[in-house]
Amino acid sequence: MSSVDGALLGLEGDGRRVRREQRIRRTFWGAGLSTLVISIAIIVSLTANSITFLANIDVGELLTFDTWSPRIGKFDVATLFMGSLIVTAVAMVIAIPLGLGAAVYLAEYARPRVRRVLKPILEVLAGIPSIVLGFFAITWIGPNVVVDALSGQSDFSLMTAGLGVGILVTPLIASVSEDAMRAVPSSLREASYGMGARRMTTVVRVVMPAAVSGIVAALMLAAARAIGETMVIALAGGAAGEAHFTSNPYDAGLTVTSAMASVAAGTDQIAGGGGQGAGQAFNSLFFLGLLLFTVTLLLNMIGNSFVRRVRERY
Amino acid sequence: MATVDVAVPRNISIDRSLRGKRSDIPGLAFQLAMLACLLVCLAFIVVLLVTVFDDGIGVFQERGFVLSAFPTELERAIDETWTFLTNPQGVEGWLLCPLVLVGVPIGLGLAARARRWRLVLGVVLGISVIYVAAAFIGTSSFLSANVSSLSSRAGVAQGIFGTVVLAVMTAVVAFPLGVATAVFLEEYAPDNRFTRFVQLNIRNLAGVPSVVYGLLGLAVFVKLASSVTGGRTLIAGGLTLAILVLPIVIITASEAIRAVPQSLREGGYGVGATQWDVTKTLVLPNAFAGILTGTILSLSRAIGETAPLLLVGAVQGFFTTGDANVLQRFSGRYTALPQIVFNWRGEANTDFAISLTAAAIIVLLVITLLANLMAVLLRNRFEKRW
Repeated sequence: MSSVDGALLGLEGDGRRVRREQRIRRTFWGAGLSTLVISIAIIVSLTANSITFLANIDVGELLTFDTWSPRIGKFDVATLFMGSLIVTAVAMVIAIPLGLGAAVYLAEYARPRVRRVLKPILEVLAGIPSIVLGFFAITWIGPNVVVDALSGQSDFSLMTAGLGVGILVTPLIASVSEDAMRAVPSSLREASYGMGARRMTTVVRVVMPAAVSGIVAALMLAAARAIGETMVIALAGGAAGEAHFTSNPYDAGLTVTSAMASVAAGTDQIAGGGGQGAGQAFNSLFFLGLLLFTVTLLLNMIGNSFVRRVRERY
Repeated sequence: MATVDVAVPRNISIDRSLRGKRSDIPGLAFQLAMLACLLVCLAFIVVLLVTVFDDGIGVFQERGFVLSAFPTELERAIDETWTFLTNPQGVEGWLLCPLVLVGVPIGLGLAARARRWRLVLGVVLGISVIYVAAAFIGTSSFLSANVSSLSSRAGVAQGIFGTVVLAVMTAVVAFPLGVATAVFLEEYAPDNRFTRFVQLNIRNLAGVPSVVYGLLGLAVFVKLASSVTGGRTLIAGGLTLAILVLPIVIITASEAIRAVPQSLREGGYGVGATQWDVTKTLVLPNAFAGILTGTILSLSRAIGETAPLLLVGAVQGFFTTGDANVLQRFSGRYTALPQIVFNWRGEANTDFAISLTAAAIIVLLVITLLANLMAVLLRNRFEKRW
C-alpha cells in the first residue's frame, strides 16, 4: 500500500485535497483508538472498585466454602465459582454433542439446498434473547426434563439453568465448528475416499482432526459464553440474594453472573448509589466482574488463537 | 448432458462395490445420529415457541389484538390513520403527517422510475407497516397500557418505547463509530504490531460478558458522567448497549469491507482518486449490505440484552410516565421489554409470572426475530460472488 500512497502524494498537487485527506485520516485513527479506550475504561473501573471492595472486607473470607450473602456481609467467592463450574459443565455436556453433531451433518452430509434452509433456522436459535431461554428453562425444561426425566427435586436448580445455557450455546458451537469443517480442503476428503475409506471414517478420522483447532476454538468460545451468561441462571438457578456452597447440580445456587444480577436487582439503590447497606454489595459487583472478565478473557484469547490457526493453514 | 446421465449410475455402482456390496450400517447409523443432533436443536426452537405462545396467547385473546377480530381491527386502524392524517394533533402529529403525506407519493414515484429505488420503496413500505402497526397497538390494551401492579391492567407500552429508543440510540452511536473503526482497520491502518493489537483487542471485547459491560455503564455513564446522562436514564442505557455491540459491528463491517476485491480499489486509484474517494465511492457502497446485515444482527442482540440494563438501572417495578413527552422521557425513569419480562417473572402472582411474562416475551420475540429475518434476507439478497 505504501508505494501507492507515495504515488498518490506525487499526483495530488492541490493542497486542499491533501489537507482533507489528512483530516479524514485523523478521524479514522480516532475511531480506531475508541476500542482501546473502552478496554482501558473496563479495566480501570473494574479494578478501582475491586480494590475498594478488597480493602473493606477480610480477604480471608473470600474462600470459606460456606455462604455467599452480601446482605449479611458474607462474600464466599468459592460458592459462586462452584456454581459457575456446575452450570458450565452441564451446558457443555449438552452443547458439545448436539452442536458438533449438527455441525457435522450440515458440513458433511446435508445437500446444499437443505443446508441453505436449515442453517438460518439454527441462526434463529442463536438470536433468541437469553431471558427468553431462561423463561423456557423454568416453564419447560424444569418440570419436564429435570423433575420428570432426571427426577430432580425442584424446577429451579443449577441443573435447569445449565440445560438452558446448553441450548443457548449449542448454535455457537455448531456455527463455528461447521465453518472450520467446511474450511477443510476437499482434496483431503477425496484422498481419503481414494484410499477406500467410507464416509463416516472420512469424517471422523480425516475431516475432524483437520478441523480440530476450529472445533477447540468453538468449545472455548462457547465455554466463555456459558460462564458469562447471566439471565438464564438468574431466572432458573433458584437462588436470589444468597446461596450456600454446594456441589450438587440439583440444588439451587448462584453463579458469578447471577449473583451480580441478584445484587443489582435486589437493591434498588445500587444503581442510584444511595443506600448505606448497599456499599459493600455494590463494590462486590465490580470484584465479581473483574474475576469474570479475567476468566472469559483467558478463554477467549485461547479460542481466538485457535481460530487464527485455522485461517492461516488453509 | 449425456455424460452426466451416464456418470451418475456409474458413481453409484463404484460406491456400492467399494462397500463390498453390503450396505454401510455403522455409517448410516452415524449419519442418522448426526441428523438427530440437528433435529433436536431445531426441536428446541419449536418447543420453545410453542411453550411461549401457549402461555402468552391468552393475554392477547382477553385484551384485544386477536386474530379473529382482524378485519374490524384493520378497519379501525385505517380509520384512525385517516383521522390522524387529516386532523394532526400535537408535536408528533405535525411531524409525522407531512412525512407520510409527502414521503409516500415521492417514494412511490421514485420507485416506479428505476430499479435502484426499490430500496427506498422498501423503506417507505416498512415505515407505513410500522405506522399501521402503531395504530394496531392502540387497539390492544396489553400493548398500549403502562406497567401496573394490577395484572388485568398491566401492559408493555413503556417497555416497547424503551426498547425502540434504546435500539435507535445503539444504532446511532455504534453504527458510525463501528464502521469508521472498520474502515480504519481495513483501509487506513498500516499492517503493524499496533494494528494487530487493536484487532486482538476488538475480538476480545466481543467475548466480554454483557454483565461486565453493564458494570462499565454503571461506573462510567451512570456515576462518572451523571451530569451529562442524568444518571439512570435511557441515555446511559443506550450508550451502554452501543458499547456492548460495537465490537460485533466492527467485526462484521471489517469482514464486509475485506470482501470488496482489491482490483476495485486499484481501479479507483488508477483514475486519480484519493484514498477517501475510493473508500467513499467504491468500498463502502459495495460493502454496505454486509455492514447493514451485521448492524441489524447486533441490534437484535442489543434488544434482547437484560443483564446490562439491570445494572445501569432500568426500573425494577412499577412507575408512571404520566404525560411526559418524548424528550422528557429521555431523562426520566425507563424500562425495556426484557427488563419487564424479568420483573414480571419475579412476581408471586401467576398471572404475572406465566401469562403476562409469556405475552411480553411474544412481543420481544416478534421484534428480535423480525430483525434477524431481515438480516438473513438482506444477506441472501445482496450476497455477491466476486
